[in-house]
Amino acid sequence: MRFDKEVRRLVDQLDLPFNALGIDPYGISKAHLVVAMTGLAAAYRHYFSVEARGIENVPPRGRAMLVGNHSGGIAIDGAMVIASCLLEMKQPRLAQGMVEKFLSRFPFASLWLSRTGQLTGLPEHAERLLEEDRLLMVFPEGARGTAKLFRERYSLVDFGSGFVRLALKTRTPIVPFAVLGGSEAFPTIANAYKLGRMIGVPYVPIVAYGLPIPIPAKMEIQYGEPMLFSGTGNEDDEIVFGYVDKVKETIASMLAAAERRRRGESPLLRR
Amino acid sequence: MRVLVPGASGLIARKVCLRLASAGHEVVGIDRRPWHDAPVEFHDLDVRKRGAEEVFRRLRPQAVVNMATVTSLVMPGEERYQINLGGTRAVFDYARAYGAEHCIFVGRHTFYGAGPDSPLFHKEDEPPLALNVFPELADLVAADLYAATALWRFPELATSVLRLSYTLGPTGQGTLASFLRGKRVPMVLGFDPLFQFLHDDDVVEAIALAVERRPRGVFNVAGPQPLPLSRVIAEAGRTPVPLPEAVMRSLIGRFGLPRLPPGALSHIKYPVVVDAAAFRAATAFAHRHDELDAIHAFRAAFPRPR
Repeated sequence: MRFDKEVRRLVDQLDLPFNALGIDPYGISKAHLVVAMTGLAAAYRHYFSVEARGIENVPPRGRAMLVGNHSGGIAIDGAMVIASCLLEMKQPRLAQGMVEKFLSRFPFASLWLSRTGQLTGLPEHAERLLEEDRLLMVFPEGARGTAKLFRERYSLVDFGSGFVRLALKTRTPIVPFAVLGGSEAFPTIANAYKLGRMIGVPYVPIVAYGLPIPIPAKMEIQYGEPMLFSGTGNEDDEIVFGYVDKVKETIASMLAAAERRRRGESPLLRR
Repeated sequence: MRVLVPGASGLIARKVCLRLASAGHEVVGIDRRPWHDAPVEFHDLDVRKRGAEEVFRRLRPQAVVNMATVTSLVMPGEERYQINLGGTRAVFDYARAYGAEHCIFVGRHTFYGAGPDSPLFHKEDEPPLALNVFPELADLVAADLYAATALWRFPELATSVLRLSYTLGPTGQGTLASFLRGKRVPMVLGFDPLFQFLHDDDVVEAIALAVERRPRGVFNVAGPQPLPLSRVIAEAGRTPVPLPEAVMRSLIGRFGLPRLPPGALSHIKYPVVVDAAAFRAATAFAHRHDELDAIHAFRAAFPRPR
């Protein structure tokens, strides 16, 4: 593939402790990264034509927490954030997401997620990655966020507070980001919760055109300036939710600004 | 120091005895399995029987290293339960009764269990998970927890509970090594968990350090970084055979594939990886063989069968 060489070069530049076999202590494998990232890079550049703004706000090294909104019924948003950190940063970094627990039960999903550093969403994992100065990617809306319908695409559901407590405890800067276009790419009109339970997933998104395949809508990712809160992580909920709201407001205002830019433009025509 | 080693006939335990003896300790082994021409004082005894108590009474060991536990792969059922729990109890009771200063329980890192939502790098304060899917682990888990009760029951006895990661190396001893013995090694299709292991000699060194440094408490013991099972199999010169889970369940134990209890499948689907920082801090343990050395040493001693 065309990107192979470039992606391989970028993966080689990642500042991760790979051993002689190209595997890091979490099981991240260079070989798997190259394959996965080649696919993501193609989607990023040609299919969703992602436009990333403010990537310079992501610290080139040291611990940081990318915190953003969910956009789209499946995790295209996370995949494109990972791609942007690898492809757009001067010193490429691997964003490591916190994956919904149900995914690790599935064959292949379990394997590819762990080989590319996307660990099960457990507080222990998040804290350890930050303590090791890695780049963590968090969607505080959780599965309720991916379940947003097309008409709710510019809204945010409730944020959890765990990410702020963890950022306080580990003295980690939060880099807020807003993703747009995931809902145009995967326009969910309804979620089948019962069907989901039957096959062991939280819900099955139903898209307007039937096939559960994203369409090539243009996506945008806006990174905001890092926010550093000081504290211990043991503060009262009142204080912590104050910080949560600050992060949420920042993301909401980035979303609103981007929405104004996009309004009236068909996602398919605006290439 | 006078050191008593119940379970001394195991291949790793023999090395522990030799390592301690060469460091100038007076080492005595007990095991109901024979150890012919043992280079240290050895008693062919069951640790749960009267004769064993006599050895404690006469020797009055300062340190006891209990290596007399067995896994479900070696021995199924009731007898294993008796050895792991009854044996551990006897060792601690005798150790205390006959004035030992330090008792080490050599346990396993599989204590934590493997499951889809268990974290990588378990710390010592985590509870055992996934016993419901792998009940064959229950006796080892119980023995581990029971051994740890000595920390509050017998405060005068320094107790170290070690949770050792898998062993891999020239002795071919241990669960992982047995699993890798054949030409073909089964995997569950679509899963490739991380495996964490120590070279035989590093296991021996870690236990010897624990004898010398007497760390009190529960400690994970691990060395090099873990590797995906597929890479371990490939580096060991074996052929991975990924099988769909349903097929795997009906095939294990046949066609040259290793025999496994059904619950063990979770241990080849999900990782058990521990954080051994506390042990390193308490004993200054540093592994000498990295993950590739360990696999290659195993491969040299046990080449791929024809």
